[in-house]
Amino acid sequence: MAETTLPKITVALATQPAGTPTSLIEVQDLSLSYGAAQALKSISLGIGEKVVTAFIGPSGCGKSTLLRCFNRMNDLIDNVRIQGSVKIAQQDIYSQEVDVIELRKRVGMVFQKSNPFPKSIFENVAYGLRLQGITRNSQLAAAVEESLRQAALWEEVKDRLHTSGLGLSGGQQQRLCIARAIAIKPEIILMDEPASALDPIATTRVEELILDLKKDYTIVIVTHNMQQAARISDFTAFFYLGELVEYGTTSKIFTNPAKKQTEDYVTGRFG
Amino acid sequence: MAIQTHFDKELSDLKEILLTMASHAEAAVKNAIEALTNRDYDLAQRVREDDTVIDKFELEVDEMAIHLLAKAPLASNLRLIMVATKISQNLERVGDEASKISNRARDLAQEAPLKLTLDIPRMSNLVLQMLKGALDAFVNQDPTAARALIPRDKEVDALNKQIYRDLSNQMMQDPETITRCLNLMIVAKSLERIGDHATNVAEEVVYLCEAQDIRHTGKGSSAALQTEMEHKRAV
Repeated sequence: MAETTLPKITVALATQPAGTPTSLIEVQDLSLSYGAAQALKSISLGIGEKVVTAFIGPSGCGKSTLLRCFNRMNDLIDNVRIQGSVKIAQQDIYSQEVDVIELRKRVGMVFQKSNPFPKSIFENVAYGLRLQGITRNSQLAAAVEESLRQAALWEEVKDRLHTSGLGLSGGQQQRLCIARAIAIKPEIILMDEPASALDPIATTRVEELILDLKKDYTIVIVTHNMQQAARISDFTAFFYLGELVEYGTTSKIFTNPAKKQTEDYVTGRFG
Repeated sequence: MAIQTHFDKELSDLKEILLTMASHAEAAVKNAIEALTNRDYDLAQRVREDDTVIDKFELEVDEMAIHLLAKAPLASNLRLIMVATKISQNLERVGDEASKISNRARDLAQEAPLKLTLDIPRMSNLVLQMLKGALDAFVNQDPTAARALIPRDKEVDALNKQIYRDLSNQMMQDPETITRCLNLMIVAKSLERIGDHATNVAEEVVYLCEAQDIRHTGKGSSAALQTEMEHKRAV
């Protein structure tokens, strides 16, 4: 299996909140427009390695757009113009020499709506590995088991690995998607409202999983659920109208935000 | 643009209950002192009976607080609820101290007055000012006023010590007065405790407004706070 070990960064960015271990993702002066509409306005921030960072803000604030910049998902949309830089492990991911497929191996993504392939549970997880050229059954089986265990799904599906992934419950499907994302050993996992369609029990499972995964992965999560951000994230960034309003430790943002806009948003007074 | 939510309304109801409770606690202290000064047995008796009202307010504040916490509030809303439960606890204790003073006042009213000049009126004025000041700081969300109150607790402590010495001397000189002197010592100690509770309320107001916990840092004095921070940085 191809190992993708990225170099460690030892210099913390000025835009990084105090206490961040080391910065893995560095965003500098990033602006993005969809045609005439500017979705991100000169964003700068550093995201720590092996921590959970939550992006919060009202709909249309640019949080998902920024998340999608980290694995160049916005490239798939017509009429997008991007200025500024996004570096992952010091490498500008928008430079011409970057292989986008390789980038997306390093930066996995989990979406709001679980989207397993219409294949068996086993094949869903093995899919990315097969694309990487791994064909040996024993190697595939070991990697699938490891990923499903990491995604806290193994015990529930080990006896029906060859049944359809679409037959799982919503919460299980989402954990299957997480297993699929981690099977190819990314460095970073982007999650766009991964639990917003789940019931409280399934949500708890996904949240517990995120907390377990952060020892191995850097996780950036977009959520509308502030209590969820408070429960699982170490750092929180609040966005409004395409701007980064405030970025700090989650504890600070949710107990004593520095900016009035943040205070109004987290206390539900935002009109 | 700020919008008034149902939750905001519930928070303002919580504040309203706390303020009603505060006015009862303040009145209890005033009445207890008045009963002591005027040797008014009936008034002392009423203070004791009214204490159950303050106790009920404490339960009501806690019930509302837990109901609001279940809604997972954040930032200043979260701090307000936490602070409200602590303030109500302090006010309930203030009520208890007022009851203790009125118990002593009731006993003293049945004995001959003690011919002794004590600083009890000055001390009670000071603690009442502190209590009122702390509650005003809460209403006005004024951390500066709250901080300014905190050092006054030292004056209260000094008065308590002075009264203790005066009463000790009196007891040595005239053992006949021991029972009355002991009752007055308890009164002074209760006033000193009310000063402590007013200080606690002031500290909670600072936390509510600034999210800064100044408890156990030398009573909020800026020099003590500075030393504490330097110590933390060094560690």
